[in-house]
Amino acid sequence: MKPIVRNSLLLIGVLAITLAYVAQSALAGDGSLLNVSYDPTREFYQEYNAAFAKHWQQKSGKSVSVRQSHGGSGKQARSVIDGLEADVVTLALAYDIQEIAERGKLLPDNWQSRLPNNSSPYTSTIVFLVRKGNPRGIKDWPDLLKPGTSVVTPSPKTSGGARWNYLAAWGYALKQNGGNEAAARDFVTQLYRNVPVLDSGARGATITFVKHGIGHVLIAWENEALLAINEMGKDNFEIVVPSTSILAEPPVAVVDKNVDKHGTRAQAEEYVKYLYSDEGQEIAARRYYRPRNPAVFAKYAARFPAVKLFTVDDTFGGWTKTQKVHFADGGIFDQIYQPK
Amino acid sequence: MIAAARVQRKTLPGFRLTMGFTLLYLALIVIVPLSSLFGKTQALGLGALWDALTSARVLAAFRLSVGAAILAAIIDSVAGLLIAWVLVRYDFFGKRLMEALIDIPLALPTAVAGIALTTAYSEHGVLGRHLAERGIPVAFTPLGVTVALVFVGLPFAVRAVQPVLADVEIELEEAAASLGATRTQIFRRVTFPLILPAIVSGAAQAFARAVGEYGSVVFISGNMPMKTEIVPLLIVSKLEQYDYAGATALAAAMLLLSLGLLILLHRLQGAIQVGGDHT
Repeated sequence: MKPIVRNSLLLIGVLAITLAYVAQSALAGDGSLLNVSYDPTREFYQEYNAAFAKHWQQKSGKSVSVRQSHGGSGKQARSVIDGLEADVVTLALAYDIQEIAERGKLLPDNWQSRLPNNSSPYTSTIVFLVRKGNPRGIKDWPDLLKPGTSVVTPSPKTSGGARWNYLAAWGYALKQNGGNEAAARDFVTQLYRNVPVLDSGARGATITFVKHGIGHVLIAWENEALLAINEMGKDNFEIVVPSTSILAEPPVAVVDKNVDKHGTRAQAEEYVKYLYSDEGQEIAARRYYRPRNPAVFAKYAARFPAVKLFTVDDTFGGWTKTQKVHFADGGIFDQIYQPK
Repeated sequence: MIAAARVQRKTLPGFRLTMGFTLLYLALIVIVPLSSLFGKTQALGLGALWDALTSARVLAAFRLSVGAAILAAIIDSVAGLLIAWVLVRYDFFGKRLMEALIDIPLALPTAVAGIALTTAYSEHGVLGRHLAERGIPVAFTPLGVTVALVFVGLPFAVRAVQPVLADVEIELEEAAASLGATRTQIFRRVTFPLILPAIVSGAAQAFARAVGEYGSVVFISGNMPMKTEIVPLLIVSKLEQYDYAGATALAAAMLLLSLGLLILLHRLQGAIQVGGDHT
């Protein structure tokens, strides 16, 4: 009995060490890149990675493969801080990459100024998805406040996308005639009175609205709404673009500490730069992200209706402040739900 | 864990080796990760810790998480006993399939379970529709949370009782019957005391699984502050703000609470086993 137990323990030990070694070598040093991204970019980066591999082959004569990881933006950022060795991060909001810089010390604080357009090669905005025929006649933000209208949006406490939704509503109220902080707060409070369910993520909210038939209107990323329409039926839903919305700028960055460790700086830097190339911009537009390049944007203009856009920086004074004021524990969003 | 200490005859040699392995295993898998959890809460002062744990919203979430888990464990115990009874005492067509069905909640990714349950119980769902018409909404209410927890806990309740029930000697029941006991009396006085420890153990397992359940609950709960937020969701929302200390404080409180309840149940089980050992 004893030798058997001992031998099997030994065997398990050897196996574990082998596995660890294999995993270690698989995750480092073969010149491949790891792009840690958020949920809705899945289809986009699949296509982009193939195009980039071709481009890198032509440019350097070497092959490169890119591995992807997707999840909620905040969760992904935490994984990188906790040691997931991303060469490149492509997340939903600057706040998440800021945290990787500040808490993880994995890239310099000025990361956002290293690439054009705040390091956001593509943008998106916040729109409404309504049921076919728009039975409740929803045209703009105030229609969401009508009594009896049921609005689906995830919780800004757990979803990056939901924070954009909340800020889009707040910014709209702020920019009306006579708009001020108090009026905006009142507007957003009333809006959330009409929200019957706070899903924990953007995909969950889409499922609640599309599959479970809950609610009259879903507030969503434009790319997610376009995807929902094209994947789940043009006959059931339509998109309503409000008069004013927020410019969502999903940023990208090279993670300096990790690329230096892996020796992949050249590939990683080219990877984020190539997003700004004509081909990168084309793929983004095809996958429902608004391209920065005006020529490419003009080509796909039919898909992206005109909308007055404001940014987090010009209207709210940047992500760090916004996070503290609105979404931190005890912040304005929590106060909306304070028991009276 | 069992309070009653007994002298054990050594059937297997190598106590030292096996005990050493057990301790090492527990240390690696359970004790070290959980101790580091408490280590992280140290970052908060005691005052801040107390505030984090006693805010109205956190208390509401604790009430829902623990309350629904206890309720689900009770429902699972009753249902689990009935199902185990049917599976052990009768032979019927489709028994194999039923056995497999019971284990499904163990194998299913929790998110899949959550979406499936929400689809069935939402106001447009196959089951939810009829309940909503009668004024009992299920999805996005505390009742929905309970339904999800009952779902994930059921296999534990059934599997704990099943083998013990199969071991109950039919002769005992026959003897009782020959002495003139009615069916109810036989169940109450003979069978039930024999399987009660297993029922309690199944309830404990179902509760332990339910109290920390996240994936299947977040879809059906609706996550409304003060109404249908569960503690694991608050933990995730603290992590989302990089508030590791606050998140681990909640996690540690949850852990202590569950541990306390489980120890109580084990004690109860021990007491039953020692007190009801008339065989």
